Amino acid sequence: MTLSSTSPSPQGGGPVLSLDHICKSFPGVRALNDVSFTLNAGEVTALIGENGAGKSTIVKILTGIYVPDSGEIQVGNSPCSFSSPRDSWAAGIAAIHQETVMFDELSVAENIFMGHMPVSASGLVDWLQMRRRAAELLKRIDADFDPDAKLKQLSVAQKHMVEITRALSHEASVIIMDEPTAALSRNEIDDLFRIIAQLKAEGRAVVFISHKFDEIFRVADAFVCLRDGERVGSGKIASVTEAKLVSLMVGRPIDQVFPKRDIAIGSTVLKVDGLSNATEFADISFELHRGEILGFYGLVGAGRSEAMQCLFGMTPALKGTISLNGKPLSISSPGDAIAAGISYVPEDRQEQGAVLPLGIRENITLASIASHVKNLFVSKSSELQDVRKLGKRLDVRAANWEQQLGELSGGNQQKVVIAKWLAAKPKVIILDEPTKGIDVGSKAAVHDFIGELAEEGLAVILVSSELPEIMGLADRVVVMQEGRIADIFTRGAWSAEEIVATATGAQKVA
Amino acid sequence: MIQFLKHREAALGVIIAAMVAAIGAYAPAFVSLDNIIRVLNDTSILAMLALAQMMVILTRGIDLSTASTLALAGMISASLAQNHPELPVIAYIGLAIVTGIVLGFINGSLISFLGIPPIVVTLGTLAVYRGMIVVYGGGNQVNASEMGDVFQSFPKLSVFGLSTLFWIMVVVALGVWLFLSMTRTGRGLYAVGGNPVAARYCGIDLPRQQLLVYTISGAISGLCGYLWVSRYGVAYSEIASGFELTVIAACVIGGVSIAGGVGSVAGTLLGALFLGVIVNALPVMQITPFWQMAISGAVILAAVVVNARAEKRGVKLILPEARRAAGAAK
Repeated sequence: MTLSSTSPSPQGGGPVLSLDHICKSFPGVRALNDVSFTLNAGEVTALIGENGAGKSTIVKILTGIYVPDSGEIQVGNSPCSFSSPRDSWAAGIAAIHQETVMFDELSVAENIFMGHMPVSASGLVDWLQMRRRAAELLKRIDADFDPDAKLKQLSVAQKHMVEITRALSHEASVIIMDEPTAALSRNEIDDLFRIIAQLKAEGRAVVFISHKFDEIFRVADAFVCLRDGERVGSGKIASVTEAKLVSLMVGRPIDQVFPKRDIAIGSTVLKVDGLSNATEFADISFELHRGEILGFYGLVGAGRSEAMQCLFGMTPALKGTISLNGKPLSISSPGDAIAAGISYVPEDRQEQGAVLPLGIRENITLASIASHVKNLFVSKSSELQDVRKLGKRLDVRAANWEQQLGELSGGNQQKVVIAKWLAAKPKVIILDEPTKGIDVGSKAAVHDFIGELAEEGLAVILVSSELPEIMGLADRVVVMQEGRIADIFTRGAWSAEEIVATATGAQKVA
Repeated sequence: MIQFLKHREAALGVIIAAMVAAIGAYAPAFVSLDNIIRVLNDTSILAMLALAQMMVILTRGIDLSTASTLALAGMISASLAQNHPELPVIAYIGLAIVTGIVLGFINGSLISFLGIPPIVVTLGTLAVYRGMIVVYGGGNQVNASEMGDVFQSFPKLSVFGLSTLFWIMVVVALGVWLFLSMTRTGRGLYAVGGNPVAARYCGIDLPRQQLLVYTISGAISGLCGYLWVSRYGVAYSEIASGFELTVIAACVIGGVSIAGGVGSVAGTLLGALFLGVIVNALPVMQITPFWQMAISGAVILAAVVVNARAEKRGVKLILPEARRAAGAAK
């Protein structure tokens, strides 16, 4: 099947899909209220809004996971109702989801074709054809890995490429990309945008969901903005400014980047010397001072998180020394690290940070429970003291402190995870992508808060893939490339171009 | 060689070979052709049940009722033979399989339509199905002399020097392999177990998969019911009692992950063979049956430990030299 054979009319074509007065409620929440918009062939429509604005609900309705309470979906000119993901595909809609929803134990080719594997005349899976088509699709987006590789062997960015390939394999007329760039490096994002341009040229309609405005302005033709489940604006992207979009999203103008606080840098707290493991990172050496924010920048898969996890005792080091306040540390488990005063806020809060079925109180005291034990039992009142203090400080919004974490928004979950690590009263706090996937409003609050921590004398390590965030907050930036420290830059003596060039290894070529 | 042993099937195969060699050195009779054939015959039923169980476990489920299904299907089939010894053997086998399908379908319906957890449903039907044997047979047993020759002789017929029982196992194994590796539905089982949410996004219908997989498990258990009764020449309410645990053990030893999504036909067969060798070797080694259970248990624990180590966080290859080294190893 060639690409063009199932494509709708090319560039500037008419409506491919429209939503008419869609409403959807969940117990206690009105997720979508009377939302209408139209997607046109050969156009990229950015769907924007803060977390909880209803973007994910729209994606789930379009992909047949949720059925709307009222309203109509029209594909072409005929009304459709999707009661399962299969119906949605049949109507030509494919989605790349926010979380990588894939199968670690299966091959790349199987991941691409799961649910619609090619079969031969005998009804059996045609492995040869499947491999061949997978290889073709991967080649189309310049992905250079083997269709037979197991998914678990790939990096996060590569897994994302598999998901994009998967959507391409559907030959869909509408492709929904839910934060497709979240885990991608700059080069990979360029690749993705080239692919999007190609999809546009083929006359497909693309829905692009992202929190990053530079990407939205680069790639989108039109936008639909949601707030609290309602459409608050839509139109051509050329007719709006970034400031206008932000105010539409949050309902008020907002400062995006917080001014760097003026904090005196104190004595050395943490000294890491020659930290290495077998395959992930080598010769990691740096010093971290009281009141300092040390940024760790690099492409996704440069080994930053892996080095941090080792520092925190999650994985063993092959060699290297760590000392805290001049005393050598031997860290062989996260328990050791916490006891020594090192806290680690992991990147993936869903999987590594938050315990969703537990309440807010239990989550916050999880890493410091020993300090609340009075006479053999955990004292709830002692716990609540800490919880109230931290919850208030981080502005955690919840019905009460016993509310299940799973019921809170992403931004509030992130706050609770940070509160948990502050409750452990650390000297060094490692924040791994603390603002990944959270909305503009929560992001600013987190940035402000990181500054506050440093002001209080904590030593902060900030691992981030967002350059503005690093450059806005950090005193120094450690740039990692392929598992090693490529360079360390100091505030005032850096430029964005230099940092990016170092991270990509471009410097060496030049 | 080390690379080869990293495949768990290969490693397990080597361990079994080493074990057989060691036992053979102690008791040469154990490695005689006759005895090896006996071990293969002895293990065939376990192997088929383990394959059925593997498919269930792939979907993150479990079928505890497999031995009860076997016993009830075996009893019903034996009763038919008792009352109508003149029928062709296919009738007895067919009745056992149909009985298994019905019982498996009941499991699958409760699990998929009512959404009750598999362990609860099959724990319940484990007791119910076994209880039904007493209800059905009035507590009587069917002895070898009452079953008729047709019923009893079929699994023992020799084809190319091996019993029909063994060849049936081979056919079942090939069928399961074909299903799991060459059909959309079969591959879907791995998807459902590996990542249920993602599978749903892919349009894979979990309830349908469950209904199918428990029905297949029932069918194979039913078939084994006939084979068991005809081989051992007696049907009563306690046959294969507790055998479901041996079946699950074979799966675990064979590398099937209880967490779902991981398991292979080859591994499961080797897991069954491993237990078959142990059970047959212990008497040769003059170890009492009391020790047999303890040894089987220890082996299962060892297998779980090995599995847990193998499933540890995959190390990423980030350093250029590590990538090159891995590339060279390929």
